[in-house]
Amino acid sequence: MLSSLGSGGGKTAKPSFVSYVTPEEIKSEKEPYKKENQPDLLPGEVVFCSACPVLKYSQDDMSQRGVFGTLLCTNFRVSFVSDEVQVEETCKLFKNKLYGENDIPLACVDNIYGGYEDKKKLITGGLLKNKYPSKIIVHCKDLRVFQFSLTYSKEEDAKKIFQGIVHHCLEPKSLRCVYAFSYCENTTSPEMQRKERTMLFDCLEDWTQDMKRTKGNCRLVTENSSFELSQKLPQFFIVPLNVTDEDLVKFQGNGLPMWCWSHHSGCALFKTASLPLSQEDNVPQTYMEKMLTAVAHNHLYSVKTEDLSDTLPTIQDIQLSYNKFKQFFLIDNTTEFWMSDMKWFSSLENCGWLDMIRQCLLKAVEVVECLEKENTNVLIMEESGSDLCCVISSLVQLMLDPHYRTLLGFQSLVQKEWVAGGHAFLDRSNQLHLKEKVESQSPVFLLFLECVWQLHQQHGPAFQFSETYLTVLSDSVHVPVFATFLFNNDSHRANVLRAESPSSQRGPLNCPSVWDWSVQFDCRAQDLFTNPLYAQKTKQDRSQRKSHRPKHQRQLSLPSSAFKTPTKKGFFKDEADSLKKILGVKRISRWMLSPSSDFPPMSSIKEFYETWQAKPLDYHGMLLPCLDGPSIRVWMQRYLRWIHDVQILGGGPVAVLSKVSELLAEVQELRSELDRHARTVTSNHRGAIRTRAKTAPENLARSSVRLSSSFPFVTSRNWSFKPAIPTSMLQSLMMSEVAGDLASREDDGSEPETVV
Amino acid sequence: RKMEKQSVGGVGSGDGSALPGVPNRNNKPRALAISIPRQASGDAETDSPTGSHVEWCKQLIAATISSQMLSVTPDAASRDCKVGHTALREGTKQVQMDEVPLVPGETVKAVAKDVMYICPFTGLVTGTLTCTDYKLYFISLERDSPFILDVNLGAISRLETISVQSHGENTQGLEMVCKDMRSPRFAYKTEGASQTEIVEVLTKHAFPLSNDLPLFAFQYKEEFPVDGWKVYDPMAEYKRLGLPNESWTISKMNGMYEVCDTYPALLVIPTSIKEDELKRVVAFRARHRIPVLSWIHPESQATIVRSSQPLVGPSDRRCKEDERYLQTIMDANAQSHKLAVFDARQSSVADTNKAKDGGYESESFYPNVELNFLEIPNIHVMRESLRKLKEVVYPTINEAHWHSVVDLTHWLEYIRVLLAGAVRIADKLESGKTSVVVHCSDGWDRTAQLTSLAMLMLDGHYRTLRGFQVLLEKEWISFGHKFAARVGHGDNNHANSERSPLFVQFIDCVWQMTRQFPAAFEFNELFLITILDHLYSCLFGTFLYNSEQERNAMEVQTKTVSLWSYINSQPDDFTNPFYVDYEHHVLYPLASIRHLELWTSYYVRWNPRMRPQMPVHQNLKELLFLRAELERKVEELQREAASSRGSLSSSSEHTSSPSYSGGTPLHTTV
Repeated sequence: MLSSLGSGGGKTAKPSFVSYVTPEEIKSEKEPYKKENQPDLLPGEVVFCSACPVLKYSQDDMSQRGVFGTLLCTNFRVSFVSDEVQVEETCKLFKNKLYGENDIPLACVDNIYGGYEDKKKLITGGLLKNKYPSKIIVHCKDLRVFQFSLTYSKEEDAKKIFQGIVHHCLEPKSLRCVYAFSYCENTTSPEMQRKERTMLFDCLEDWTQDMKRTKGNCRLVTENSSFELSQKLPQFFIVPLNVTDEDLVKFQGNGLPMWCWSHHSGCALFKTASLPLSQEDNVPQTYMEKMLTAVAHNHLYSVKTEDLSDTLPTIQDIQLSYNKFKQFFLIDNTTEFWMSDMKWFSSLENCGWLDMIRQCLLKAVEVVECLEKENTNVLIMEESGSDLCCVISSLVQLMLDPHYRTLLGFQSLVQKEWVAGGHAFLDRSNQLHLKEKVESQSPVFLLFLECVWQLHQQHGPAFQFSETYLTVLSDSVHVPVFATFLFNNDSHRANVLRAESPSSQRGPLNCPSVWDWSVQFDCRAQDLFTNPLYAQKTKQDRSQRKSHRPKHQRQLSLPSSAFKTPTKKGFFKDEADSLKKILGVKRISRWMLSPSSDFPPMSSIKEFYETWQAKPLDYHGMLLPCLDGPSIRVWMQRYLRWIHDVQILGGGPVAVLSKVSELLAEVQELRSELDRHARTVTSNHRGAIRTRAKTAPENLARSSVRLSSSFPFVTSRNWSFKPAIPTSMLQSLMMSEVAGDLASREDDGSEPETVV
Repeated sequence: RKMEKQSVGGVGSGDGSALPGVPNRNNKPRALAISIPRQASGDAETDSPTGSHVEWCKQLIAATISSQMLSVTPDAASRDCKVGHTALREGTKQVQMDEVPLVPGETVKAVAKDVMYICPFTGLVTGTLTCTDYKLYFISLERDSPFILDVNLGAISRLETISVQSHGENTQGLEMVCKDMRSPRFAYKTEGASQTEIVEVLTKHAFPLSNDLPLFAFQYKEEFPVDGWKVYDPMAEYKRLGLPNESWTISKMNGMYEVCDTYPALLVIPTSIKEDELKRVVAFRARHRIPVLSWIHPESQATIVRSSQPLVGPSDRRCKEDERYLQTIMDANAQSHKLAVFDARQSSVADTNKAKDGGYESESFYPNVELNFLEIPNIHVMRESLRKLKEVVYPTINEAHWHSVVDLTHWLEYIRVLLAGAVRIADKLESGKTSVVVHCSDGWDRTAQLTSLAMLMLDGHYRTLRGFQVLLEKEWISFGHKFAARVGHGDNNHANSERSPLFVQFIDCVWQMTRQFPAAFEFNELFLITILDHLYSCLFGTFLYNSEQERNAMEVQTKTVSLWSYINSQPDDFTNPFYVDYEHHVLYPLASIRHLELWTSYYVRWNPRMRPQMPVHQNLKELLFLRAELERKVEELQREAASSRGSLSSSSEHTSSPSYSGGTPLHTTV
């Protein structure tokens, strides 16, 4: 039904670049293709095995059609090279330089299924010898789905490629087998420019600068620069002033409050790995009390603590929920798609993924309320101190600090909270497929990106980066080239990179950072990372803010609690000691009794949100997410981009964005024209410029008609302009079940009916 | 790109009043559109959760550059005064707080002090309740900012007394169940005479037809610069479609509604049909609604034809003339040797209809006809679905189980089925180049939904502000969608089973399309919401009565004002700034639940938490303004350069004065 390309779209039907052949056709040919194609290998990339010819089924229909080519497995990817003349790559604006549309980086492989006749079986490694399926189905972590038929190549080749793929994608391996190391040995990645750069928080200056920027007043610890204190702690970190040298080493960093960010009022956000407290042993408890006092001393002697594991899902919950959620998008064929469309809402709710996003955002709002409204120091904790702590602390900073909503600011935030913050990226992705690490696998970072996306879709103009940027970032986690996502913490990274260095003179191995986007994309593609709707702070704003900074800030913040009135400052100085005791002790003892009773109740959060919402929105001030049911949505671009049936041709957000870009271009043109005029007031060459200004943007707008909702990830050129029509038989089944006796009534039934 | 963005700020900083920077307080759209006392009263309305929603919709969408300018230029402000004054409920802004803003022709019928409004969002608030012959108006001054609630009487479905013992003794409660997804509740002391009186007055004026009173539209005395009754001229519209042509003729046989009393006077029918044949066809179709042309494809000549069901009956009656009639329709299109009949109903229901003397075209009697059932449930199912939806969204939203409770209402499921059906019809015409006949039972509910949606997909003209008005006038109003019966204008019989939100459902489908194609429609969300509000309000004559014949008899066009008069007098408010003319592009919306969304800014708009603060459009409007400003600067420089006298410094002085008042062209054509 959907595959009848011939009749498609009348005038819109274009010649398709890929010619389709049915299996029958190829069988009738005398000889299958003999020649093997190779992809352009990257530096340090080695081919392990290959098979030819392999049929790659086309994704967009359920018939058995596809393209023939060679299937290869290298140390970087599973790659399919088509026998057909390649689609001229020049037309592809958004091309990844590391891998193409038919490449799957090994770390990006999520699950492999074997198709045995009509059955589909999950392959889990540990293979039966001499058995291989006729079909390999690969589900990718970036949600692509590939189906290859092995029935056309020689049995030996087919067996080899299948076992090769399974071996390299699913079975345990050591970290040094990850492609990043051979890549880095064979490339010299240029040093990132230091001028306008992402702060990596791998040096003292970055930490100093960030503390200075937020006017924090805490202690910068440098004693761990060679991991003398603890392997778990970052090279550099910041703790409250009152933390002593002795405190630093007490519990290998557990229980140590690590500074995240300072609010302009002076209070700050800290996070820590919680200490196991027990009845018998008093030492941890005394230590914890001391640490809390230290945090309280940071500002106005008050602190609130929140053990995230009390209210938020565990990392196993997150993994479980996401596993269910992603299944709705890993669609093998059209029928399956429309079947699942029926159950969409109930499936969505059952998997609980959106609810987890809501819970994280809610927790972040709670913390924001403490900082913003009550000006209380906040200490968040959990067992590891580097999972949900990272989610919440980064969300809080995104909501409160517009700096982190810029592209570079956001990247710095990820570096600070996640990379330097010691999020165990390697364990959470378990890309080495270690049996003992299966339990620790969890998409925590993706959960964070999901939350950011929610904020982004609710308050688009507040962010300098685009939705596409977030999607690409979520994909890049699974490209095993970047040092950013390859390690568990600072010391792990330093040790491995030093050990893997080709020579000790040249220093540690230089592995590119994911923020060096030129590794993956050229400049034009990188343009899509910026949000054309971004409401950049105007010069006027900036000067205003500078001149009356204190006043302006109070305007931004909400009514604050009683003891933060500036007129009472003197009072605080005089009676600081007694007050300190009362407040400090009270808070802490309360924490010891019941951990989260201190936190604002739900009604207060609602009020906090509504008060904020009633004010004029300032994109450069505090941002809060709306958490009501309809406001938490599915990240369509990330999850639906590869599914052919849900591409809106000529629609989607790109239609709006291209319109804005077009206007921006026009404005730019006009401005340069003004400049030209300013320079050559007397000469009159306006006409020529005017015509140019008109034509360029018009082309842009016209092109948006041909783009689809999955722009820029899929170009719709080789698709027919046919609508997707759901199968109607299912509908009728559904309907009669639902409508009951109302359905059988006459439209203009005369019998009156009570409407309740 | 960076440079461009800085330039945005550049102009703003050059002159504070001309274009405030994006996050500037004064730049909030709330201060726009309405002219006179801006500041104090401006806050009043937006802070009251259920205050004039048009106002917040404006914040949401229609913050046009031109109206921004109006608020700063004195002369423009006075010009806007007229429109602002006439702008219905926004009129509230211009009066003193203790005075009820009235539209021309509206009179106060009763006033009661010390009435409590039980606000589901912000709690109890006491104030003054006024009942006019058009609306109910509640104002309270006990909070920091005035709290205003107003409800069009037309929106009230039923009034109910409720028990409110918790609010003190001798207290009576009143709940107004509204058609627009809210149910405001009031409480008042029973001893007060004025309180008891206002309830009586309300009961009378909320349902004028049940109390021998005229609908308010006949009293409304506003004059607009544009006459909306001129929007739709059937002859002109048929001419635009290239009609009449050799196969199709514009017939006046129904000039006095003698052939079919629910059809319009002008009908397009096949040229070759003879009068006596036609008579047989008329007799063979339910309510005499014969197959007539709705739309013709400019290239393939494939047509959308609408009708009612054939009166086949249990004995499989045949009508040779009807069979030939459909054959003629097929023959009028040389591109295809098929004719597709789309029966909107569920096939099982269509079969049941046969027993009741209705039925469908049998493929064995009608040569070359392919029959498709679109499986759309009837009006009762839809009414029930929307009723469930209201329970889910008002007054509180179920947060934890949002998706499953929305799912249980099936509202989006039905939207999906409708869109899917319309896509099939549009695809049949566009790709299959085949003519289609669409019908349900009577051909005035689902048929209108399907034909107008398909036409919206196929014909870019209907996606413009004016074109959409024509589409509604034609497919819905003139072809006898029974607005009076489906909405129940002025009628107190709320349980009447003829009522059904079919038109709301259609507008929802349109909104879903605008979501999927944000640049393809010239009108914006406010336009759609405004249409739905005046579907109920009885302020305009546009949606009153069931048929063209009834409307003529009541002299609607001379005695009432058209909604389009209001809309087209201030088109900027209803224009989508992102609009790009897609020309002949056919739009196929995705009928997948994954891409459908609950229209929260309509259904959940009474909940203050669901209100967006700043429209994204705002940014674009600023850009548009900036472009216009720059264009003007360039031109001025040009002129000065030409006169070879002007120095640059003097010209920049000129440009920064806020004298700009003309409208920017809000859209471009590709």
